[in-house]
Amino acid sequence: MFRIVAKKELAPRIKLFDVEAPEIARKARPGQFIILRVDEEGERIPLTIADFDQKKGTITIIFQEVGKTTELLGELQAGDSILDFVGPLGCPSEIERFGTVVCVGGGVGVAPVFPIARALGEAGNRVVSIIGARSRDMLIWEDEMRNVSSELLVATDDGSYGIKGFVTDILTGVLSREKVDRVVAIGPAVMMREVCRVTPESIPTVVSLNPIMVDGTGMCGACRVEVGGKTRFACVEGPEFDGHQVNWELVLKRSKMFVEEERIAMERGGCRCQENARR
Amino acid sequence: MSEVRRKIIPTKHPMPHQDAKERCHNFNEVALGYDEDTAVAEAQRCIQCKNSPCMEGCPVEINIPAFIKKITERDFAGAISIIKEKNNLPAICGRVCPQENQCEKKCTVGKKHEPVAIGRLERFVADWEMAHGSRSVKKAKPNGKKVAIVGSGPSGLTAAADLALMGYKVTVFEALHMPGGVLVYGIPEFRLPKSIVAREIASIVELGVEIKTNYVVGKLGRVDELLQEGYDAVYIGTGAGLPSFMNIPGENLNGVYSANEFLTRNNLMKAYRFPEYLTPIRVGKRVAVIGGGNVAMDAARTALRLGAESYIVYRRSFEEMPARREEIEHAREEGVHFEILTSPVEIKGNEEGRVTSMVCQRYELGEPDESGRRSPIPIKGSEYEMQVDTVIMAIGQGPNPLIQQTTPNLKTNKRGNIVVDDTTGQTSIPGVFAGGDIVTGAATVILAMGAGKRAARAIHEYIQSKG
Repeated sequence: MFRIVAKKELAPRIKLFDVEAPEIARKARPGQFIILRVDEEGERIPLTIADFDQKKGTITIIFQEVGKTTELLGELQAGDSILDFVGPLGCPSEIERFGTVVCVGGGVGVAPVFPIARALGEAGNRVVSIIGARSRDMLIWEDEMRNVSSELLVATDDGSYGIKGFVTDILTGVLSREKVDRVVAIGPAVMMREVCRVTPESIPTVVSLNPIMVDGTGMCGACRVEVGGKTRFACVEGPEFDGHQVNWELVLKRSKMFVEEERIAMERGGCRCQENARR
Repeated sequence: MSEVRRKIIPTKHPMPHQDAKERCHNFNEVALGYDEDTAVAEAQRCIQCKNSPCMEGCPVEINIPAFIKKITERDFAGAISIIKEKNNLPAICGRVCPQENQCEKKCTVGKKHEPVAIGRLERFVADWEMAHGSRSVKKAKPNGKKVAIVGSGPSGLTAAADLALMGYKVTVFEALHMPGGVLVYGIPEFRLPKSIVAREIASIVELGVEIKTNYVVGKLGRVDELLQEGYDAVYIGTGAGLPSFMNIPGENLNGVYSANEFLTRNNLMKAYRFPEYLTPIRVGKRVAVIGGGNVAMDAARTALRLGAESYIVYRRSFEEMPARREEIEHAREEGVHFEILTSPVEIKGNEEGRVTSMVCQRYELGEPDESGRRSPIPIKGSEYEMQVDTVIMAIGQGPNPLIQQTTPNLKTNKRGNIVVDDTTGQTSIPGVFAGGDIVTGAATVILAMGAGKRAARAIHEYIQSKG
């Protein structure tokens, strides 16, 4: 059991937990993820690590309530426990002194970008961060991102804060104004695809893929993606890949594998005991 | 009396089964087990021959004639304690061992008649013990030494139990949320009920073994760190958990699963009880399972129980199928179809990226290959399309590379299996041992257990020799 030591609501349906997991906190690196299972009947879902604190022995996760499991997770309070919490999984981000790195975070994707931006800054890079959300109230971790960035630029789809438009609009501007050595983008798949369309092939563009996962340790291939024409398992070979090499059409199609079942799980929501009674 | 006893009943007492028509709609266990009288009657078929060839066939060296004799005396508690001297997972072995290739293959009665049903008898006494709950735990005196076991599959659990009985403080590290390895994620409920696995594992925990789940060695502590942290030895039993794909077009379409994914969703995550359990699974109307091993049979029979029409697609013939005959027979009875001498060359999908059909090619058999099986040769121009909405790849598994990648100096072969000394299981790193599928490639539960047993002995000798 893994105790939730702090809970915050960052935006409507976007929640933050600090989870007590000292062994994972000691080993976690930016770019890695965890897999959790809420309770005995639960499914295993991957979440990218948003932050880690070795001293407190905690892992920070930020998630958006988009389905049954994230909703159940969101109902938990500080002091409650998560049944299973495993990590750190996946390969850490490549952190080097690249020069100027643009870190792009969209929606709840701002969270996993944060530790990467921080590490890149600590490694001596000039970090230009671009974060975006649908509207002002959905924007998360602006201050945190500002603290670890040389420059922070904000976009909202509806223009309620920062620039009206998409993160890609700002990115295009940055690319035309200065020499960029690397781009890191995390957010919805469509956003990451668009970022890769905006950046020229000559600029390495790292994306963190979030395909369907089950075990997260390389034993099933549920998370397979195509990178450079080759099948790769995102959980062990990723989750970060060169975005220019990713088959985005496949990523988008595979993410819809269980839409129907996800809907059923939501509809059958409510009290579990009733479902048990029905069986 | 002795005149009567010498007259051997030529056939095994039949195993009661759930009817095929009924069982293809549920996940309850297919084989129902002997009752006391049938077990005693079957035990009486054993002639207690002097040389006991059956024991040579058992990878964990159970004293078979002795436990069978106890059954004839209706001393079931005595029977189980004889088994438990050597085997800590008898309820599992009695169910999933291929006895026809092991103990029962060597049975003297089997030379003229059907062999004694050793597996069924082992299962009977193990189940009898569980039902009567009279487990006697003989805890060993602690010797102050610590051993780390990586992986809680059959080989890791066996090594753990044997070492605990020798007085070692044993910690098992398991990456998944539940211990058991293939026993919990791979073998379906209808062949091996998970409640039985849980009870067998509980009996190992009672010996003082600690099991740490959600612990991925290589990502959390590495093998070298475990040694530095004070473990006197490490045993690696991480299995063959890396699924193979065919690398044919369309393999990443929605509806194509590795058998590992399909079975893990169903067995470990209980997707067959969706939405009560939240892990989804989708089978559609027609499912093709590619392969001819036990994993393929498990997947095909699972698909059937989820309501699909189920096809085994195998590129050789029935003769060459590596699955147990019993499993093939069960699959047939339940209505699994077999497309033999056939293999897919392409999987086709629709706009949404879902599987709609599979292009297959017919094969004929040529000369035997290095495995001794006749090799399949594709017949030119024999391509045909098969309408399916789900394809499950059950063409084998490789070693999971996580430990090897994070453990420098650990010698592996070109397939990625860990190289060990045949008799001790010692790897290229002193104090680090390995066994089971990670060494041999995908094999059987009982062979993995045998490897765990040998390694436990070797680890004991290694630690003793260091003083």
